[in-house]
Amino acid sequence: MASVASTAARGPRRAPSRLSRFRERETWYAYAFILPWVVGFLALTLGPMVASLYFSFTDYGVQQIAGFEPTKYVGAENYRQLLDDGKVRTALGNTLTYTVMMVPATMIVALALAMTLLRIGKAAGFFRTVFYLPQITPPVAVAILLLLMFNGSFGIVNSSLERIGIPGPFWTSDPSWIKPGLVIMSVWSVGGTMVIYLAALHGVPQQLYEAAAMDGAGAWRRFRDVTLPMISPALFFTFIILTIAGLQNFTEAFTAYFGPGQAGAEAPEAALMYTIYLFRQAFQFFNMGFASAMAWLLFVITMIVTLVNVTVSRRFVFYQGGPK
Amino acid sequence: MSSRLKRGSWLIVLATLVLCAVVLASFANAKPTVSAAPNGGKTLNIYGFGPGDDVANGRAEIATRALGGATVDNPRGGFNDQVFLTRLASGDVPDIVSMSRDRVGTYAARNALMPLTNCLRTESIDRKMYRAAAVAEVTYKGQVYALPEFTNQITIIVNNDVAKAAGVSLADISTTNWKKLRAANKKMLKVEDGKVTRIGFDPKIPEFFPLWVKWFGADLISKDGLKAQLNSRQAIAALEFTHSLIRDHGGWDRFKAFRDTFDFFGSRNPVVQNQMGAWPFESFYYNVMADNSPNVDITAKYFTNRKGGPITLFAGNGWAIPRGAKDPDLACKWMKAMTAVDTWVAVGKERLNLRRRQGRAFTGLYTANTMADRKIYEDVYQAIGKKQFDDAVKLLVQAPRYAFALPSSPASQQLRQAYIDAINRVLAGQQTPRAALNQAQSEAQKAINDAK
Repeated sequence: MASVASTAARGPRRAPSRLSRFRERETWYAYAFILPWVVGFLALTLGPMVASLYFSFTDYGVQQIAGFEPTKYVGAENYRQLLDDGKVRTALGNTLTYTVMMVPATMIVALALAMTLLRIGKAAGFFRTVFYLPQITPPVAVAILLLLMFNGSFGIVNSSLERIGIPGPFWTSDPSWIKPGLVIMSVWSVGGTMVIYLAALHGVPQQLYEAAAMDGAGAWRRFRDVTLPMISPALFFTFIILTIAGLQNFTEAFTAYFGPGQAGAEAPEAALMYTIYLFRQAFQFFNMGFASAMAWLLFVITMIVTLVNVTVSRRFVFYQGGPK
Repeated sequence: MSSRLKRGSWLIVLATLVLCAVVLASFANAKPTVSAAPNGGKTLNIYGFGPGDDVANGRAEIATRALGGATVDNPRGGFNDQVFLTRLASGDVPDIVSMSRDRVGTYAARNALMPLTNCLRTESIDRKMYRAAAVAEVTYKGQVYALPEFTNQITIIVNNDVAKAAGVSLADISTTNWKKLRAANKKMLKVEDGKVTRIGFDPKIPEFFPLWVKWFGADLISKDGLKAQLNSRQAIAALEFTHSLIRDHGGWDRFKAFRDTFDFFGSRNPVVQNQMGAWPFESFYYNVMADNSPNVDITAKYFTNRKGGPITLFAGNGWAIPRGAKDPDLACKWMKAMTAVDTWVAVGKERLNLRRRQGRAFTGLYTANTMADRKIYEDVYQAIGKKQFDDAVKLLVQAPRYAFALPSSPASQQLRQAYIDAINRVLAGQQTPRAALNQAQSEAQKAINDAK
C-alpha cells in the first residue's frame, strides 16, 4: 500500500525522453545488434552514394582515379550532357518499356501460379519447389538457355508455335521482340513473387469466401471483391519491388547480349538497358563523372515512380485494421 | 533478465563490437600490402596475363629467369578494366600489364601508361623487329606505349565441299571482285522453308568492318587517331555491300538465327556440317579445325583489296607499364624477354613436341615479332602432312606482311562501339547505312574531342 501511495504522490508517470531510453540496457543491446548493418550501410551504400553525387559534378576519370590529375568541378555539365546523349534516351526508353511490360506480367503469372498451388492438395510442396527452382538458377544460365529456346528459326518456342500455325518472331534479333523476350526471361524467375502471394493467400480468412458464396458471389466476384483486396498489401509490395528491379535491370540483358561469350559485337540497341549504358560509360569509356550523373538520374526517376505508386496505392491497398 | 542471459548478451555485444572494429580497421588500412620476395629481392607484379597455356607459361618461365633472381607475382585471370582501375585507385599499381592493344591508346591518352622510350633505349630493344602495324596500334602521339605479342591475322576460309557442290570456283570467292563474290554467295547459300540452312559468304560484320573499308584503301580513323572517318564514302559503300551479302539470305534475322546454332569450336563445326561456304576469320581457327576436324577440305585465301592485293587486320595483346609502377626497369626486362626471338623459338619447339606427344597438329605460332615468325616457320615448323593445313600455314606466315590495324586513338573504345552500334542498326533495319554511319561519326568524333 505504501508503494501505491508513494506512486500516487509522484503523480502520473511521464513518457521516457529519448535520451533516457539509452539508459536501458536493452536499448544498447538492440543498437549493438544492428551496428554491423549500420556499418555496412554507411561504408558500402551511403558512402558510395554520397561519393557518386560528388563525382557527378566533376570530370572524374582514369587520371583522377589514379591520382595523376586533380578532380575538377564541372558544375552541372554531366547532367546537361545527359540531355544531349541520344543513347541515354534510347536506354531509358528501353528500360521503361521493359519495366512496364515486366511488372504486370510477373505479377499476373506469379498470382496465377500461387492460386494454382493453393488449390493443389498433396503435390503442393513438389510444385512449389518446381516453380521456385528458376529463382535459384543463376541468371546467366537462364539467359543462355532462353537464347537457345528463343532462336527465331530453330528454337523450341517457335517450333511449338509453328505446330499450331503461328509464325514465331525473331526474339533475339528483331528490335520489336527483344524486350518481350527479355520480359519472358524475367517471368521465368517468378518464384520469389509467387511465394509472397502464396503466403498472402493463406492469410485470407475463409469465412469471407463463405459469406460471399452465401450472398451468391461467383468465383470471379469472390476473386475480385475478396481475394484481391485482402492480398492488396502483398500486391503493392511486389509492385514497388518489381518496378525498382525493372528500372535497374542489368543481368538478363547483359548476359544475353553484351556479356563475354555472347556475340557482344552484335548486341542490338533494343537491348541496351539504362544500367548497361551506365556500366559502359563508367568501365569501357571511363567517363565516371557522367556515369555518376546517370546513376543519380536513375535514382531520382526511381524515387518519383515509387512516390507516385505509394500515393496512388492509398486508394487501392487495404490494410486489415487500418483505414482503407 | 537472468544473469546467464545477461552474460550471453554481453558476449554477443562484445563480439559484435570487435567485428565492427575489425571491419573498420580493415577499411582504414585498405592500402595494398607489398609482398617481399622470399630471397629479400625484388618482386615483379604482373596483371592481366595469368597462368595460361603451354606457350604462355613457357615464355613466363624464360622471362622470370631473365629477371636476375627477382620473383614474379602473376595472379590468375585476364585483363579487366574494372580491376585495373581499382588497383590504380588503391595505389596497388601493377608493374606491368598485358592488355588488348586497342585499349592502349585510350589509357595512354589518359596518362595511365608510361611511354616506353626509356625502356626501349636502356634495354636496347629494337622496335623494328616488331610488326609495324602492331607497333602502330600501340603508338600514341608518336610514342610507343606497349610491346606487341601475338597477332591474329584474318584470312578467308573456303569450304571446298560447299563451293564444289554449288559450282563456284575458288577464283570466284575473292573479295577483289564484289560482283563475283555476291554471285558466289547466292550460289552457295541455302534457304529451305524460309530458314537459312547454309550461309554462302559471311562478311563477319560488325567485327571485321575495318577490313572491308580498307578494301578501298581507307581507314575508319585518321592516322593520328584524332579524326573519325566513319561516314566516309568508302565506309558507306562497304556497309552497303556487306549488308547486301546478308540480305541475300533473307535478312539479318534469319542469318543470325542460323549462325547462333553453330558448334563453332567443336567437332561438328560449320565446315564439317557444310553450314558455311566461306568467311573471313582469325588465324587461330585453323588450329581449331586441325584439332577437331583434321579431314575437312578447306582452302585458305587472302582477303584482297580492290586491286587484288592481300590485306589483313591485326588484333592481339601487348605489354604496357602503368604510370606509378614500382619497378618499371624490371617490367621492361620482362617484356623484352617475353617478346624476344629466342623465347618464341624455344616455346615453339616445346609446342611442337607437345603436339606430337598429343598426336595433334602444330599449325605454327604467329607473333608480332617478324624475326621470330620467320625462325619458327623455318627452324621449328614441320609440315602437318595434310595439304589444306600446310597451305594455310604458308599463307598465314606471309599474311602479316600485309597487315594493318586501326590507329591508336584516345577514344578507341567509343569509336569501335559507335560503328558497331551503327552496323547493328542497319542490320536490324532501323537505319540506312548512310544515316547510321552519320550518327556514328558524330558520336565517335565527340568522344575523341572530349578525350584528347
